[in-house]
Parts: sequence; C-alpha cells; structure tokens
Amino acid sequence: MRKTLKTRAAAGAAVLALTAAPSFAAGGGVGVIDHDWSFEGPFGTFDKAELQRGWQVYSQVCSSCHSMEYLHYRDLSDPNGPALPPEQVKAMAAEFEVEVGPDSEGEMFTRPAILSDKLAKPFPNKEAAMSANGGAYPPDLTLITKARTGYTGIIKQMMEGTGGVEYVYSLMLGYTEEPPEGFDVGDLSYNKYFPGHLIAMGQPLYGDDVEYQDGTEATIEQQAHDLVAFLAWAAEPQMVERKQAGLRNIILLIIFGALVWYSNKKLWKPIKEGGEA
Amino acid sequence: MGNIPQDHYKPTSNAEKWIDDRLPVGGLAHHLATFPTPKNLNWMYVFGGILALCLVIQIVTGIVLAMHYTPHVDYAFASVEHIMRDVNGGWLLRYIHSNGASMFFIAVYLHIFRGLFYGSYKAPRELLWIVGVLIYLLMMGTAFMGYVLPWGQMSFHGTAVITGLFGAIPIVGDMLQTWLLGAGAVGQPALNRFFSLHYLLPFAIAGLTAVHIWALHHVGNTNPTGVEVRRDPAKTKKDTVPFNPFYTVKDLFAIVVFLILFAAFVFFMPNYLGHPDNYIPADPLKTPSHIVPEWYFLPFYAILRSIPDKLFGVIAMFGAIAVLAVLPWLDTSRTRSGTYRPVFKQFFWLFVICCIGLGWVGAKNPDDVIFGSTTVSEHYATEDEVLAEQDRLIAEGASPSSLVVVQHVDIEAHKAYWDVTQTHFAFRYIHLGQLLTVYYFAYFLLILPMLGLVERSRETPESIEAAFAAKHSKKASATPGGAVATPAE
Amino acid sequence: MAKAHSDHESTRRDFLFIATGATGAVIAGSAVWPLIDQMNPDASVLALASIDVDVSGVEEGQQITVMWRGKPVFIRKRTADEIATARDVSIDLLPDGNARNANDPDAKADDADRSFGENGEWMVMVGVCTHLGCVPIGDGAGDFGGWYCPCHGSHYDTAGRIRKGPAPQNLPIPEIAFDGDVISILNEYKA
Repeated sequence: MRKTLKTRAAAGAAVLALTAAPSFAAGGGVGVIDHDWSFEGPFGTFDKAELQRGWQVYSQVCSSCHSMEYLHYRDLSDPNGPALPPEQVKAMAAEFEVEVGPDSEGEMFTRPAILSDKLAKPFPNKEAAMSANGGAYPPDLTLITKARTGYTGIIKQMMEGTGGVEYVYSLMLGYTEEPPEGFDVGDLSYNKYFPGHLIAMGQPLYGDDVEYQDGTEATIEQQAHDLVAFLAWAAEPQMVERKQAGLRNIILLIIFGALVWYSNKKLWKPIKEGGEA
Repeated sequence: MGNIPQDHYKPTSNAEKWIDDRLPVGGLAHHLATFPTPKNLNWMYVFGGILALCLVIQIVTGIVLAMHYTPHVDYAFASVEHIMRDVNGGWLLRYIHSNGASMFFIAVYLHIFRGLFYGSYKAPRELLWIVGVLIYLLMMGTAFMGYVLPWGQMSFHGTAVITGLFGAIPIVGDMLQTWLLGAGAVGQPALNRFFSLHYLLPFAIAGLTAVHIWALHHVGNTNPTGVEVRRDPAKTKKDTVPFNPFYTVKDLFAIVVFLILFAAFVFFMPNYLGHPDNYIPADPLKTPSHIVPEWYFLPFYAILRSIPDKLFGVIAMFGAIAVLAVLPWLDTSRTRSGTYRPVFKQFFWLFVICCIGLGWVGAKNPDDVIFGSTTVSEHYATEDEVLAEQDRLIAEGASPSSLVVVQHVDIEAHKAYWDVTQTHFAFRYIHLGQLLTVYYFAYFLLILPMLGLVERSRETPESIEAAFAAKHSKKASATPGGAVATPAE
Repeated sequence: MAKAHSDHESTRRDFLFIATGATGAVIAGSAVWPLIDQMNPDASVLALASIDVDVSGVEEGQQITVMWRGKPVFIRKRTADEIATARDVSIDLLPDGNARNANDPDAKADDADRSFGENGEWMVMVGVCTHLGCVPIGDGAGDFGGWYCPCHGSHYDTAGRIRKGPAPQNLPIPEIAFDGDVISILNEYKA
C-alpha cells in the first residue's frame, strides 16, 4: 500500500517538472540525458575502441567546421587515449597540409602534417570560420566538455561533475524532433537541449554518418556516445593518470595520518595526565 | 605583556658557538622550537600552520608554472593547455595551484572565524590582527590577479568588472582605472602586469607572515579560555608546552587531514571549484551570461551588488574588509573568549550564517525571486495575443515593470506558447543580500560595541593550567599512578 | 611501573615515531619529484626529437641544413671526388680516430664508417663545432674542402673529420635510419 502511494507521488512530481517548461527568456535548457560512461567515477578509464570510433566521427563529420586547437596528431597515440599506432597516425596526418616557413626566399610554403603538428584546422582563423558559417562561430572542441554545463546544484556537480559530457551528448541527440507548432526557428535549428532551443548548428549526426572500421553499427546514439567519449578524453587526456595518482596519494596520506594521530596521542598522554613538558 | 619567559639558547659545540657569534640562527631556531605555547589549544588553532604550508605550496608550484606560462593575450590560454597536456606532471602542478588558492581561502576563513570567536584581536594583539588583515587583503589581490592569467572568458570579463569598480571613484576613477589597466580596456598591458604582480605579491605575503609570527611570539598565543599565559617562569611551564614536538606533531596531523581534502579536489574534482566558462578562451566581444567571481569572493560580491548605487556599493564592499582592521576597538567586552559570553555566542553564529548566506546570494542572479506572489496568464499561441493581454493588464493598472512576457517550449507536450507573468510581490536575492549586508555591518558597528557594555559574561578559569586540568581530570583519575609516573620521562 | 614494561613501552613508541618519520619522508620525496621532473623535456619537445627528412630531391654536391632538437644538422650528398678524397686519408693522420657515429659507437674514423648510402655519398652530421659550439661553414670550406669553423679556425674534411685547429673531435653523426629517400634522424632523449 505504502509503495503504491510513493510511486504515485513520484510520478506526479515528474509530470509537474516536465510541464513546468523552462522559460525562453531565462535561457534555461531542459535537464540533460543522464548517460553512462566508462570514464565516470574514481576508477573510470577511457575505452580505447570508443575513442578510436569517436575520432572517426570527429574527423569525418565535425572537423569540417570545428577545430581542435590544442590537440596534436601525436596525442592520438596516447596509451590512455585512442592509442592509435603511430604509423597509422603518421599516414593520417600526411593527408593534411600545414603552412610553415618562411623558406630561404621568405615565402611561406606548405608541407604534409607530421606527428608533432597540431590537428589541421578547418578555417585559418575565427573570422574566416564565422563568415563561412553565417556569423556563428563553431567553437573549438578540444575543451568543449569542460566548458559546458549540464548539471546544476552544488551537490549534483560534486557527485557527477559539471555534466558537460552529458550536455554535448544530449545536444547531439536533441535535433530529432520538429520544432513545436508556433515556435519560429527562422534560419536556425530547433534543439531540445540547447538553452533557448535555437541553435545555429544544423543537425550534425543522423546515423550511419561514418562507416566504423571495427564494424560497430553506426546508430546516431552510438556515434554520439563515441564522439563525446573522444571529446572527453581530448579535454582531459591526463584523467586516467590523475585518478590513479589520486588513489595512491590518498591511501598514502591516510596511512601517514593514522601514524601521526597515534604519535600525537602518545606524545600528549603524559601532559594530559597532568605532567609538565 | 611582553615576551613569555623562555629558556635561552646555549650553543654546545664549538661550531655552533662560532656560528652563533656571527649569526644567531641557532637562537632563532631554538626560540621557535621551544616557544611556550598554551597547552589547551583546540583543533581550531591548527590553521596557522596549515596556512603557512598553503603559502609554500602556492609559491613553489607558482614558480614552476611560471617556467611554462606565457603572459601574452595570444598565447596565455594555449600555454596553460600546454602545461596541462605536455609538461611532465604539468596537470598536477596546475591543479594543485588552482585548487590551492581555494584551499588557502578555506583555511584563512576558518583562521579568521577562530580569531573572531576567541577574541584574538583584543589587546595586546591589535597589531597581530591588523597584520593578519593585511595578509588577507594581499591574498585577495593575488588570487584575483592569478585568476586573470589563464585568459579564459571568466578571467577576462571578471577583470573587466572588478577593475570597473575603480571607475566608480569620483573624479579620479576613470584615470585610475586606465592607469591600472594600462589601456582603455582589459588587454595585453593588464595581463602582463597582473602576471608580474601575481608573482611579486606572494613574497610580500611571506614577509608579512614573518611579521605576523614575530608579533605572535611577542605577545603569545591566545587560547580557548582567553586567559593569558602566566609570565612567572615556574607558572609559565605549567600553562604551556614547547611548540616542538607537541604542536608540530599536532599541526602535522591537521595538515595531513587537510591534504587529504586537498587531494580529493585535485585528483577527483579538479574543476569543481572553477568555472566552465574559463575553459573558453577570452573573447572581448562576448560576455558570459552570468559573471561570478571565485567562491571566496562571493560574500563581498553580494555586498557590492546589494547596494544599487555603484559608488556606495564599492565603498560597502571595501568597508566590509576595512571594518575588520578596526575591530579591536569596536569590541568593548572585557572578556576575551567567546566561550564565556553567552549572548555574544549567538550573535557570532548568526554572523557565520550571515557570511555563508552572503556567499550563497553572491552566486545567484540578484533579480531571481526567492519567494513571492505572481499570477500567470493563460497560454497564448501567438505573440500578438500575449501582447494584447499585456496591454489589457497595464490598462487595468498593472505597472509595466511587474510584467514579464515569455515564450515557453513545453518539451513534453511538444508545444510552444506565450504567457505573461504579473509579479505582485517578490522577495529576491538582492533583498536577502541587503538584509545580510545590514547584519554584517551591524555585527561590527552596533552589536559588538554595545554587547560588551551590557552582556554579563561567565566567570573565566583562573589559569590555563586549571582549565586544562579540569578538562582532562577524568582521564587522569582513570589511570591512577600514571600522572605520577609519566612526568619523569 | 616495572622497568621492563616501561622499556617495552618506549620501544613501541620509538617504533611508532620512526614509522611516522619514514612515511613522512616518502611523502615529502614524492611531493618534490614533480617539481624536478617538470624541467625535463616536455611532450612537445620530445615529439620533435625524431624527424624525417625527405632527401630525394637533393642533388649531388648539394647540402641541406635541417633543425633537429634545436641544432642544425648538415645533410650532404657528396660528389665522387669528395668521397675519393675522404677515403684516401689514412686513419693515423686523424686527430680523432673514432667515427663519432651514434649508429656504431666503436667504429674507427674510416670514411666508410661515417657515410651512408650505396656508395657512401651521404653525410649526416650535427653541425656544431666540437670545440666551443659554433656552426661551421660548409660547401667545401676550409683547407680540406669540407667544413670550416670561423670562430677559432677548425678545419674539417669532406667526411666531417677534424683535421686542423682546436676542435678535439669529428663532427658527431646522430642515430639515423635511411630508406633511400627519407633520412630519419632518430635519437630520442635518453635518460
């Protein structure tokens, strides 16, 4: 009996939360999709295969508009990251030309990219990017999952992070519905999860946008998942190393703390028993 | 009051004597190690040691970060990413440094509240306290300038807002702001000089810390009873223990606990205390929708915003810090420790809540409603209909500023609609901020001066020795003989 | 309190204090390491420790200079004359009898042990004078038709071996791999 009541109350609350729609003027979004990731929690690590597929999605879909300014080709061989074989990355890099120089006559020239180069950019500068995209700047994606929030609230963010990863994932899947009747989108697109619902970027993923090398079925959810995992790695490539170091250090500190605690007890015992130092 | 009686240093070997005749460094070390420290200090007295460690951590990590950082508008953001990605252990150094600032402020706030409760600012410790306030001011300046260096969106626009405060000063304001920035707006000159000053100020803090400790060693520590250490050498020994090993080890335990908390942030939520917008490179043309300073400035930010006038807001904000400097002369109570002041205690805890509340308000949009009474119109399909409704409400006498027209998207029903909300009465964050600001100043300017005159304090213990013995007598009597046997060790 | 008991007690206490001190030392040590390690070459520097140089376009008698680890590397496709001159020299005449070839540290300074390619036409050398670190002038400069360092007058022959002047050693040859078109200069930073 009690259980039924509880369920009913919860269901009621959910309906309320959803019908109390976010206000347009305040720029609020809806709650993001809570999705499971391999890299969550204190022991989480990146999944190599996911990141490799995510790289495929980025390089074949996103990279035509979005740069990844702070990533180098060599980073793609990171053993905690996509761990692509250096030879393969070398070949991929060589498909892009980078401007270098000046040569002995003072002219800039291009050469194929090498491992130590930054990822090739779709546009030479921000202005070029904006003019090619109707005045909207496609943001750099290297840090995008750290630069966005999906979760609000002090406790929620402490337990689950800022939710930037979930936000980008949701955004990728937020295009599927037609804009509501009476909602004028103009030249923009309707996205369920974008604050204000009007986004300059057209729907980037539909499903089967890439043909995965490992044969995984490229559904829209799968592609969004892989892409966002790749972006999460790109934003925080040292995450695995960081968490492992954290566990080591905290264990060491706890042991040390216990020893100091007992030393302190022993030291003070005679004083607390009325003695003089 | 003056110095607490303490054994003098006697160099034992010839080498020690040779050094001591030329540089009394052995004497200094001896003085620090054997400094008679009240034996009844509780765990709230550990933050001095923790703060010293924080300063060392910030200076050391800061110096090595400066080896890789580039203070240039075009490269600053990228050089921070270079540190995070390429430099050996760079991510660790940077996360320690950025979270270290927060840890530093956590410790300093606990240290300050400790002083406020136990009356650490009272005679003869006024200068000790004022030097502490100066250190706190320098810490705020250093932290602010450090936050500029990553050159993210919050760095840039936060700097614009904070330096804009100087523009509020009459007559010289604009000139001062331009001088501070070296240009009409935040840019390369500001970044470069803030980097220089961010490197310099910590050493000024270190210098003032030496003065702070000097003053402390002249007048001696306070303690939870507020009773002074007795100056008769035989009685001093009964009130105190030598700092080393008793407080070095006790402080070390507190430091380890503090480091565990620190490590939890650095290794498992390194960006929790930061702001996501600061991972977007600075763009002078685009302001983040919601500019907030780092958490440790939020109470002052709330005070600033609670006053609608720019100049008076700035005065109130700086006044909130300045009032701390004159606190020794505002508190009129003869009783030093809050432990023995029943009424003070209540106002004190209210003050703690007030400060936390101000921090909360500082993080919020001041115009957001905490509670109020509103009426929402029916839903309209088009903008014209909702505007007609708005006109009708105005014609009925509603003030235009009380009406907000919003288009909603109902995700669940997949419908867009317009409505108009009429606010009849609203208690907003700005109002809460105003109430708390009033209490903040009243605490210092009204409550403390008056309370001392009217409050009847409880009787304080006769001596530290007596208070300490009373607290531990239970344990001592539980182990008969122990109290006699152990002093011999 | 019995003496034995008190001894036992103090031993236990000493052990506790020593354990605490030792753990503290380990923690302090591991805290210092990142501060030292951060000054070692970082990932962006290491990424440039190995470079590939396409030499398919280099003509006989032509020399190119590439930057490697912040230093110039001379890559020269020698003429038959230069090779012959270099091979004609007896090792006993050389001030430095070691090849200074990272690919074969024990080799004698024979021309064949310093050059690469089918006929030994390729020279790959770090272009820093072994005297005091100036960059020698190439393209047949100096008394021996190889390289000449203008700072203090060191003369190197067509195999980059020191022949005259204050420099103590032959110009060093880095570790390389050569597939006929691309010379890869390999030497990564070694701990």
